[in-house]
Amino acid sequence: MAAPPVGMKRFYVILGVVAALGIGLLGYLLSKPSTLSIPANVTVQPSDTAGFRGYVKGSDSATVEITEYADYQCPFCQTFATLQMPTIDERLIKTGRLRWRYRDFPLQQHAYARVAAHSAACADDQEKYWAQHDRIYEGQSEWSASRDGADIFRRYAGEIGLELGAYDACMSAGKYAGRIQASLDEGARAGVSSTPTLLVGGRLYQGRFDSDAITKLVDSLAPRITRAR
Amino acid sequence: MIYRQGAALLSLLGLFLSVYLYLYKLGHVGALACGTGGCETVQTSHWSRFAGVEVALIGVVGYALLLAVALAALRPAAAGRRGPSRLLAALAGGGVLFTAYLTYLELFVIHAICRWCVGSAAIIVALFALAALDLRRLGPATIARAPGAA
Repeated sequence: MAAPPVGMKRFYVILGVVAALGIGLLGYLLSKPSTLSIPANVTVQPSDTAGFRGYVKGSDSATVEITEYADYQCPFCQTFATLQMPTIDERLIKTGRLRWRYRDFPLQQHAYARVAAHSAACADDQEKYWAQHDRIYEGQSEWSASRDGADIFRRYAGEIGLELGAYDACMSAGKYAGRIQASLDEGARAGVSSTPTLLVGGRLYQGRFDSDAITKLVDSLAPRITRAR
Repeated sequence: MIYRQGAALLSLLGLFLSVYLYLYKLGHVGALACGTGGCETVQTSHWSRFAGVEVALIGVVGYALLLAVALAALRPAAAGRRGPSRLLAALAGGGVLFTAYLTYLELFVIHAICRWCVGSAAIIVALFALAALDLRRLGPATIARAPGAA
């Protein structure tokens, strides 16, 4: 096989150098560790929970309230949030029969659960908690296997229209680390050990739920609660 | 050959740029290095996907194709042939049209400019220009006629 002319040799050297530089730069970017993590086991300050009892949707006058303890990285919570909650929302919450309270219960084995919870909490600062909550659950398969979930949450924050400067400041300050820990502690004290767990009228329901089961539960509880009032 | 060499180098640069943007979309490279902040606005917007596919991924595939064609055009067997240059011009021309659409979105719909997108626009326009210059260098196409044809 004939050797390439000198001009071509020089070209291939330049092409090789550019390729090596590009691959090196991308490799460096990929190997950079995530710079953002939300600390666990922080000391909960009174100000962390002042006036805060979970993220609520539904009418104040709804006869039944369900508190959900959930972990953003838990697959069952994801299935429940994306497949069952829309029906529950339409059938029970928007009709004023049910009030839903979401509480964070990030499990230790889930590397991004706490960052995800914190991302949604920072979205709440801009009154877009539920939009970020839904987006994070929708994208669970994308971020749970990624190298840096925090960057994907940030992208979601941009997609739902958050002002990213304020979002970044909230995230890097770990503003709601104490609130998340308080929620976890409170759930543990109530007997929550897995996710999702529903707390209804002082009773815990664990495992898988569907919208029909929740509707039956609300149907069964509403008359009793109304009579008791 | 200089035009085809230039096209190969530019395609490689465009490929790295697109891979960077796509890795960002996958959450692997942290925040985008972008002085204005417009990159985040553009890359997180609804228009960062086209027909359900990430625009950055379309860029990766497009530049990879351009690089493959440019390298194939550099083989001694392809020297003096118009086919590879035509293919380069067609691919780069499609890229220019797509880039024009994306730039319109940035300027008039999203109202934010992503520097990386501007860089890619410059690369694809230059690629198209090189392919056009290479076609001009090779002269007009000659059509072989059958003996005895009028």
